[in-house]
Amino acid sequence: MANLRIEHLNKRYGATTVLNDINLGIENGEFVVLVGPSGCGKSTLLRMIAGLDGASSGDIHIAGKLVNTLTPAARGIAMVFQSYALYPHMNVRKNMTFGLKFTGVAPAERERRVAEAARMLRLEELLDRYPRDLSGGQRQRVAIGRAIVREPAVFLFDEPLSNLDAALRISTRVEIANLHRMLKATIVYVTHDQVEAMTLADRIVVMNKGRIEQVGKPLDLYYSPANLFVAGFIGSPAMNFLEAKVESVVDGCARVAGTGFRSLDLPVASLKVGDALTLGVRPEHLARGADGPFATEGVVELVERLGEASFAYLRRADGRMFVAEVRGRQTPTPGERVTLVAAAPDLHVFDASGLRVAMQID
Amino acid sequence: MTVEQRARSLSVHLILIAYSVLAIGPILLVVMNSFKVRSAIFGAPLVPPGASTFSLVGYEKVLRASHMLTYYSNSLIVTLVSMALVLLFGAMAAWALTEYRFRGSTALALFLSIGIMVPIRLGSVAILSMMRSAGLNDTLAALILVYVAQGLPMSIFILSEFIQQIPSDLRDAARCDGVPETRIFLEVVAPLLRPAIATVAVFTIVPIWNDLWFPLILTSSDSTHTVTLGVQQFLGQYITDWNSVLAALSMAILPVVVIYVILSRQLIAGLTSGAVK
Repeated sequence: MANLRIEHLNKRYGATTVLNDINLGIENGEFVVLVGPSGCGKSTLLRMIAGLDGASSGDIHIAGKLVNTLTPAARGIAMVFQSYALYPHMNVRKNMTFGLKFTGVAPAERERRVAEAARMLRLEELLDRYPRDLSGGQRQRVAIGRAIVREPAVFLFDEPLSNLDAALRISTRVEIANLHRMLKATIVYVTHDQVEAMTLADRIVVMNKGRIEQVGKPLDLYYSPANLFVAGFIGSPAMNFLEAKVESVVDGCARVAGTGFRSLDLPVASLKVGDALTLGVRPEHLARGADGPFATEGVVELVERLGEASFAYLRRADGRMFVAEVRGRQTPTPGERVTLVAAAPDLHVFDASGLRVAMQID
Repeated sequence: MTVEQRARSLSVHLILIAYSVLAIGPILLVVMNSFKVRSAIFGAPLVPPGASTFSLVGYEKVLRASHMLTYYSNSLIVTLVSMALVLLFGAMAAWALTEYRFRGSTALALFLSIGIMVPIRLGSVAILSMMRSAGLNDTLAALILVYVAQGLPMSIFILSEFIQQIPSDLRDAARCDGVPETRIFLEVVAPLLRPAIATVAVFTIVPIWNDLWFPLILTSSDSTHTVTLGVQQFLGQYITDWNSVLAALSMAILPVVVIYVILSRQLIAGLTSGAVK
């Protein structure tokens, strides 16, 4: 197990910049998830950590050692691919031991590691089968087993659950979390699924357009997103946004107004009169009510019922859509006019450049 | 099955049967008549050998009175060695050209594809003088060199297509596993290329085995003649020994048929892969 340090890492293909000045430190034993929309560079970053793609500039250190010029195997990493990438002409046992032959692991030691990985991943019965005879979940476990037997310093996972169906995805997710607990391994995990990111990660790295937008603990990202992108990316359905302007500032309290909601006072000292803001409020923090610090109203257009909650899509007077989560059996009906309220601490304020503005709330 | 479907399948089968008869008929005729006495070959060429017409005289003459066994082994050596080299170098070149980007790789691929477009026989005179100055005329090595050159462009072309179909994750996984590049090629890529290799093998073997031109210009002694050339000696300007010709031809056909049967399953997999997935 080892720590990982990435400094000023860049990746360019000709004129296109895929990764732009990435700086990231990962602690020993930490589970870090890289998350972002497709094309944000998260897989490229993972492949560069692995040594499968070279960097245009910048350094990668694993366990304190500069690994820029080292081969993947010499870096002490093991990677689990989205497509599993099992060798189709080798059985499960061979798939796991194949790589060990070349890294100087004695046969007896190979057997011991395979037996241990097989026990951990419940693969004992499958050791003599071929990948074509395995189900998707079993293949994924073999792929993880192949990584475990290498006893790497860092595990790299590239969207490992994307090819599994929903039920299997949840159980494999739990397995990966358990595995991390047992192995105490340093893990870098790439996904576009924010549920995976939130459930698995010690820390999440949100990426967009080749940059790191924010690094933080799952709930920190949820409750205090650093910018509009993270605010909109974390949470499902996405956060609602409203344009607003500062009307007056009195005693460190800014009066904020905009179309479609009642003017409200925010405990923010750093604002000036005339500043353009974006207000954000999560669907799950809205409730039906008559009045509150934040209140907006609209006509219900569509209701999605999930069981434990429903999502109501409202069109407000200014024509913008607004999503609210409604708990319980009483769901609004389409066509109904509804007033939604939220508490001040549940509001997120972003300045004109999209950065978070902190509120002074006790 | 509806009547229409049945009619369509029937017509398809009729066409295929007709084509099979056309393809197999001559071979059958050659093999059948090679076991008959000379009078029966001309008297009733379409009748199978009977008790009175059966004869092995052609085979006896071919095996006893000529260097046919030498020719045969020459043909086998030339064909198999050429095939092995074409497959080895073809797969290696295809792997290098598809997997690694290096300066001039596109130019090299284009250069190799010229070999598909330009028939090697156009260079016969140059090849002959090259072989002579290299001291290789009248050797099997000369034939092998020519056939390797002839077979390589197509084999590189076909194998490149197949290598591109192997998921790149597999090679990356092997690299992460610490497998050296040569072993990735030999132990991960090559086994997955089996159908493609069978296809290339058949396409390489048949023209080499059947070739008359290069043995004719590059070999001059009995010890280096091949089967195709050997058969010629029974075809005289005035008298042709048909028993021997047919016997020799039957023997010449045999190895190709055997190899085809062995490789046919893989070959079909190779030809249809990509289309059926």
